[in-house]
Order: sequence, then structure tokens, then C-alpha cells
Amino acid sequence: MPGTVQSIERAAAVLRLLAGGNGRLSLGEIARSLDLAKGTTHGILRTLRKVGFVEQDRLSGHYQLGAAMLRLGTGYLDVNELRSRSINWADPLASRSGEAVRIGTVLDGQVLVVHHVFRPDDTFQTLDVGSLLPMHATALGKSLLAYGAAPPASLDRFTSRTIGTQRELAQALRLVRENGWSCDIEELTPGEASVAAPIRAYGGLVVGAIGISGHVERLCDSRYHPLPHLVATVRDAARAVSRDLGAARR
Amino acid sequence: MTERYVVAIDQGTTSTRCIVFDRRGQLVSLAQQEHKQYYPRPGWVEHDAAEIWRNVERLGPEALRRAGATIDQVAAVGIANQRETTVLWDRATGNPVGHAVVWQDTRTDTMVGQLDAAPGAEGVRHRSALPLATYFSGPRIRWMLDHHPGLRERAERGEVLFGTMETWLIWNLTGGLHVTDVTNASRTLLLDVHTLDWSAESLAFFGIPRAMLPEVRPSIGVFGTATAAFPGVRIGAALGDQQAALFGQTCFAPGEAKCTYGTGSFLLLNTGAELVRSTHGLLSTVAYQIEGEPAAYALEGSIAITGSLVQWFRDQLELIASAPEIETLARTVTDNGGCYIVPAFSGLYAPYWRSEARGVIVGLTSYITKGHLARAVLEASAWQTREVVDAMNADSGLALKTLRVDGGMTSDNLLMQFVADVLDVPVVRPLAAETVSLGAAYGAGLAVGYWPDLEGLRQNWHRAGQWLPTMEPAKRESEYANWQRAVSRTFDWIQA
Repeated sequence: MPGTVQSIERAAAVLRLLAGGNGRLSLGEIARSLDLAKGTTHGILRTLRKVGFVEQDRLSGHYQLGAAMLRLGTGYLDVNELRSRSINWADPLASRSGEAVRIGTVLDGQVLVVHHVFRPDDTFQTLDVGSLLPMHATALGKSLLAYGAAPPASLDRFTSRTIGTQRELAQALRLVRENGWSCDIEELTPGEASVAAPIRAYGGLVVGAIGISGHVERLCDSRYHPLPHLVATVRDAARAVSRDLGAARR
Repeated sequence: MTERYVVAIDQGTTSTRCIVFDRRGQLVSLAQQEHKQYYPRPGWVEHDAAEIWRNVERLGPEALRRAGATIDQVAAVGIANQRETTVLWDRATGNPVGHAVVWQDTRTDTMVGQLDAAPGAEGVRHRSALPLATYFSGPRIRWMLDHHPGLRERAERGEVLFGTMETWLIWNLTGGLHVTDVTNASRTLLLDVHTLDWSAESLAFFGIPRAMLPEVRPSIGVFGTATAAFPGVRIGAALGDQQAALFGQTCFAPGEAKCTYGTGSFLLLNTGAELVRSTHGLLSTVAYQIEGEPAAYALEGSIAITGSLVQWFRDQLELIASAPEIETLARTVTDNGGCYIVPAFSGLYAPYWRSEARGVIVGLTSYITKGHLARAVLEASAWQTREVVDAMNADSGLALKTLRVDGGMTSDNLLMQFVADVLDVPVVRPLAAETVSLGAAYGAGLAVGYWPDLEGLRQNWHRAGQWLPTMEPAKRESEYANWQRAVSRTFDWIQA
């Protein structure tokens, strides 16, 4: 993006993250969420503190939004805007993977489905745009949780494979951050699996997730691992949408 | 095989796009650039054709770069273009004569009114299967010849050439090939839709010299080989954008229809090898012609203002920051609150064709919020679709069973549900929303054998989304009656 200042994009992403998380975040958490170096993140936070957009807790050293920010309001990317900007990449993902595609964003601790593309086999399917999915039991939700969304208070169990404890969840999310993608293997519905990757806007801020879902036998190998070519296809689509939303190439 | 892709140039009203497609008809990469809109006087709309060509020259290589493709991997390039926009240029220098006059431009209003009453007008209407209206290219050529001193003489000597956008682009791509396709030619009022060639009588009626017109070719067939932008690649297709969308939706059989929701909206119904003359205000047009085969025809219902009403809501009223936010705002309320907006900004197109109508907002009370206005904006697009579908059903004697939709506004779920509700038929979105570009790509790929036949293309079509009607019949009828009363309030606003 010529003619723009990268550090300002990153600063804006830091602010969005602080506005959307559950209160105070440490330097390390912020850096990890935005996929930035700690030194860079610290410089941005110091600057934001100086202008009053960020405050630092004296005891814990954690950061939160400053009083000056409250007057600026908190407008996230409009969900209909997100759908409109990603529709061109969701279709090829459905075509290449042969599976249904959903795009999700966070709404009150759940995944709001903002776009749905049918599995391209011309069978009868129903659009479920507007429906809500649990964060901890879906690939979409895990991609959102791993990059800054507030974790759910209770972890409802849907199958014997559903993540049941906060410790398990934290470990799963660490893996998501390491890999850059997420999956659910029969964690919401027996026989079903899903794979997703985060959609990033400017500064690396995660504004949504895009993923595929379908029968576990089609999505996974015999050891219940998602097939690498499907994972790559999902990540390519996420990157393409992110690029259109102004995220830097990575 | 090294040829892995087909490229489409979609030269639209507000922007130009180059899109790379793979063999499954899926979008691989896209490069887009808006161009400047000139509004020199009320009712006038112009483009700089030279700027548009420069954009194509830049976007072509950019799209290939983004796909990671090389030029020798491109099997063919196809063109879909904004229709009826009129370009004149100097044969020797290739420089445009003034700005291109855009399809929305109404400067020929008075002249068209006079021509419509002149002897010979009936013959023009019969041969072109179109009404005399400012919408089409022929009157614009006449206007330019009348208003640029010395231009008529130069046109008669063949020194000044006419083209719609695809002609201008092919001229520049090939370094001087002067051709058009039957779909674009069928929008000039100058073509005889039965012989598919320029009508000498119609040319005489408008006073347009034959020497300035391009050769009319089938839409699908090799036009020539590009020397610029895509050097060495064959140009396999050129189609007007709406005909391209019909082709991209694989509406190859009579009775199949699609509606493209863009700035304006365009519903086309394939009528097969038979030209159906409308008695309900629709246009008869050429759908496409594959080289060596007879032409397929279509009935077309054009709606001037749909997406542009949302743009007006965004840019002029500033009630939303981006077009998709209209859905967010509309969802803050559960109905229109009794408010209707009829966007007859430059008159009404099908099925009314009333140029003297102007827009209204009716049913205003102190109860109405911006959310109700947002609903009324979206509902206007759906009701206008209903009016065109009713006309089409009456003309063709068939009831539409399913509507295939495409275009940017199909990302608006509230609108698509409302279209299904007011039409009372399922509304289906295909897996490729970019059907205009896809149609151009399909045509080009077909021409060079990249795809074998129409059946092969049909295999690529898949349902990506579907909206089923849920509205109560009584509600549908009362709302439709309200809409029609609102429309009647727009008539006779501009007085002669």
C-alpha cells in the first residue's frame, strides 16, 4: 500500500486489539496477537501512551485503552463489508476444496456466521448466515480466539472430543498461533471436521476467520489430521482476503 | 499443456478489471482500476477513452503477475464491456475525438424526441427491435457529428472511426483492427437484427456514414491477436457486459434467465434462435453468436438505478460509510415503516420507459428513521425486478421458475431474500459471482478450444447460495400495490 505509514497501521491495530480484548493485555500478548516483534510493539505502545490512547497499569505493567480513546467510539469492520470484500475469495475456496465455506467474526463470545457458500455439489443446502457457533468447538472460533478474541467463560461439551478445560484450550490456541491455522475434528458434530485461518486487516489485526467444513473422512487423513492441500487452500484464501483488506503480505 | 488460464477484460462503467480464470472457471487473480467520471453538465456523463486504454495496458500484466502466470500460459483473452458508450477516434493517430459519451448520458433527449416522430422511425424500430431512446449509441454518434465542426466530413472520408468500448479496446490491443460484435452492435439502433449487419436505411435515417463503422463479427470466435497488453494472445470473444453475464451464468437454453445487480440491474432471458418482440416494454437483443452458428436472442429488462441508489445513499446523503453497510442499517428495523423510494433519477427504464419521471420518497411520517430509508432503498431494487419479471412472463408466455443472480449486490443477504419474497421464486447465486468476466472468459476459451463445448461450461456451474421465498402472499400483494402507487407518483414530473 504505497503512501501509507506502516507504524500508524500497526498502532491502529494495537488499539483495536485493546478495545476488543478482555481488559488489560501484556506486551507479549499484544505482540503475539499482531504477529509483531516485541521491540516494535513496545515503541508503538510508548507512543500511544504519550498521546493518551493507551494507559499502562503501574503494578502489572499491562496495557489498556486510554481515556482519550473512549471518545473515538469503537467501530469494527462492518460484517456486511467483510462479506462483500471476501465473497470473491470464498467462492474459489469452495470450488477448490469441494466443501462448504463459512466466514465468521466475533459476536458476544460466539462466532457469527457472516457468509456461507454451499458445498459445490448442487445438493439441497440452506444458508446459515446470521447463525451463531461456539468459539471453542469450531475451527473458525479457534482462529478468532488465538488472535485476541476474549475466551468464552464456559466450555460447553458437544462431543467426546470437544475441548473441556481452559488449559486444553490455551494449549490448542498456542498450536494455532504456531501453525497459523486451526481445525476442529468432530469437536462440534460427530463425523464432521472444519479447518480455518484468520483474516487480517491493516496492521495484522484479525477481523474474522474463513474456513471449510465437511465430513471428517474427506477433510482428514486416516490419523485424523487435516489434509495438507486443504489446509494450504484455506490459508491461501485467508491471505487473499487479508490482502484485499489491507494487511501486509506475509 | 502450458496454456493454463483465460483472461477477461471487464471494461465497466466505473472501473476496468482484468481477471484471470482457471479451467474450472474459478477466479485466480484480479486487478482493478477505477476511471474518472466527467459530468460537464446536468444529464451529461463522459469517460476518457485514452485513460481506459491506459488502465487496460497496466491491469493486464498486473493481473498475470498476481496469478503468478506468464503470458504464454494464457490461452485467450475475452472482453466484456459497458454497452452503448460511444467513442470516436482519429484513424491515423488513434486519439479519441473528445470524451466518450456514456450510456447514462441524456444529452440526445431532444434530438431523439424529434427523430422518434420523423418519417422512417418505424423502420428503425422494426429493424433494430429497439425503441428510439437516448440509451443507445446511434443518436450519440449523430450528436457528436453535429457538434464537432468538420467531423462529419472526416467521418465520411473514413478518417474518424466509431466504436463502443470493445471496438476501442480491440483497436488498441491489435494495433488497428476495427471490429465489433453482434451484441454490442445490437445496441446502436443501427443494426438489422435479422441480417446481423448494419442497416443502410437506419444509417441514412440517423445521417451516419458507413465508413466510420466497424465490421460486425460473431461474439465468440477469434477476432485477432493482441500486440499490446497481452502480446501474442488471441482475442477470442467480445460481448456486451449483460450478455456476457448471461453466458457466464450458462443460460444457454431458451427460458433461462439471470439478473445482474450492479450500478443498474439487467434481467436477460434467453429466447433461443427466435427474436421475441416485446409488447411490455422490454428490449429484444442479441444474446450471443458463436462463429459458424446462428445467433441466440434475448429479452432484456433494464433497470437504471439499483446499486447506484445505494451509492447515492452513501455519497449524497452520507448515511452510511460504505455500500455494504446499507444492510447493517436496514437491519436496525423490521420493515419499511410505510416508506417507499422510487429512484427515477433519470426517468424510468423497463417496463415504463418514461424519461420525464423523477424520483420520489413517499410515505414519510415522523416515525421514519434512516433504517426505514435503508430498507426502502433495498426494496426498490427488488420491486423493480418484480416489474421486469412480470413483463417478461407476459411477453414469453412462460412463468419464471428460478432467478439466477450475480453482481456485487448479491452479497447483500437482506436484498436477495427480499427479491425471492417479492418474486415468489427461488433466487440462486452461482459459485462465481463475477459472471460478467466469466462470460467473456468462457467465450474466449470456447473460441480457442480451451473449453470443448457449452456442455463443458455447464459442468462448471454450481449453486453457491439460495434464498427461498417466505413472504405471506397477502403481504406481497399489498406491498406491491403500494410500490406501484409510489411509482405512479413519479410520472410527468419534468414538464416540456
